[in-house]
Amino acid sequence: MRLAPLALLLLIAAAPPSRPLAVDLPNDEGLLPERYGVSADAANGNCLGCHSAAMITAQPRLSRVQWAETIAKMRTVYGAPIDPADDAAILAWLLAD
Amino acid sequence: MPRGYTFPMLTRRALIASLAAAPAAAQVDLGFSDNGLRPTTSAFPQKSEMILQRSTPPLLETPMSVFDAHDFTPNDRFFVRWHYPFPTRINPAQHRLRVTGHVGRALNLSLADLARLPRVAVAAVNQCAGNGRGLFSPRVPGAQWANGAMGNALWEGVRLKDVLALAGVKAGAVAVRCSGLDAPAGEGAPDYAKSLPVDHALTDDVMIAWAMNGEPLPMLNGFPLRLVVPGWYSTYWVKMLDQIEVLDRPDDGYWMAKAYLQPANPLADIAPGAPAGPRVPVTTMRPRAFVTNIATGARLPTRAFTPVQGVALGGDHGVARVELSADGGASWLPVQLGPDHGRFAFRRFRGALALPPGRHTIWARATNAAGVAQPAAQNWNPSGYNRAGVDAVRVEIA
Repeated sequence: MRLAPLALLLLIAAAPPSRPLAVDLPNDEGLLPERYGVSADAANGNCLGCHSAAMITAQPRLSRVQWAETIAKMRTVYGAPIDPADDAAILAWLLAD
Repeated sequence: MPRGYTFPMLTRRALIASLAAAPAAAQVDLGFSDNGLRPTTSAFPQKSEMILQRSTPPLLETPMSVFDAHDFTPNDRFFVRWHYPFPTRINPAQHRLRVTGHVGRALNLSLADLARLPRVAVAAVNQCAGNGRGLFSPRVPGAQWANGAMGNALWEGVRLKDVLALAGVKAGAVAVRCSGLDAPAGEGAPDYAKSLPVDHALTDDVMIAWAMNGEPLPMLNGFPLRLVVPGWYSTYWVKMLDQIEVLDRPDDGYWMAKAYLQPANPLADIAPGAPAGPRVPVTTMRPRAFVTNIATGARLPTRAFTPVQGVALGGDHGVARVELSADGGASWLPVQLGPDHGRFAFRRFRGALALPPGRHTIWARATNAAGVAQPAAQNWNPSGYNRAGVDAVRVEIA
């Protein structure tokens, strides 16, 4: 059965919405924490403009190559304004897991 | 965006009530080999308790217990996945759907215009191409979903092909590109747009939906309009749909040509570390079954028969059968299938296994009406797409 039978459809058919809708989105994640004494300043300064901290903290342990590729992708594909001078400090924090 | 409208859920009283009802700092273990703990949250608008994968842009996962209790995933438990920021105030009376490109006449349609077309409804599973990514071994980067980046809903609206007929698709059309109101924060990032082959866009299946389970789409699920592509992964189900462009050439945009690509074989399967080889866009879903009443690692009491229930999807065909095994696939036992809501919908199931005291691994395997079954060996690819193999559930009977 691909389409609901007409009788069922008449019972459940919803008209297109007409009322405006407005919502507020929470973000309580805050900043990335220091890890084993390695500062998260560079990661906080460069990585949280487009996504919240959990995008990073939810990842599995990745290799230096995988994280470097990720930084490169954020810069080249998504246009993230990551300061190249910060790459080493970002990587150091990402790998201090 | 129109302003000045406050959604009732966000009154101070409602907010306090929701906070009071929420368990304090609840966490779930998604069962990954590492780093699988996630908080749950009821803080998102029009959503009750969800697994928080990321706040901004939101990634919210549905707990498996929800699938255990519903054929149709409630809107307030339906998973959420955004790539980019999106408007949070929308007046549907002012929303317009533009149809442009290789057509006889360009259109600028209101929701009232759409409502004059024949109405259709379909029950269909919406599943992220990366559903289950966090369960792959070896692990791969990306949104670390367990198996809750999916849901089943009754979608209502109109057929895409009827909208395209109004515009008049010209000979030589190749693809139909759809995009929504979401937009990247920074300059230089590619706008999110996905294309269907024109032949697929003109089938009866593909629709433009404004309702989900009898209610307007929640904001986080694409209010006021989204594309519905039954049998295909969610990446094509463009949310907050406002633009349809008929192309007379293949879509070479980032989201078709560079992202959401899988190894060019039906299981999207390559050996870890092997060269990527040719890649093609992810499209159709595979049959999958999920045990929903037993979390992996659970300890259960000894019973003559241990009930095993769950939910299955058939991919682009209906679910033909689901079977259980507790001996590594040497023998399979059939289960009882629940109500049939159509070939694209979830099909719940329940069965039982005679499990003596000790440790066991339960497999549930779905086979669809085209005869495609889940493989026992898990497929793998470096993007974590198209997870298709049987998901093992480990239990201890004590």
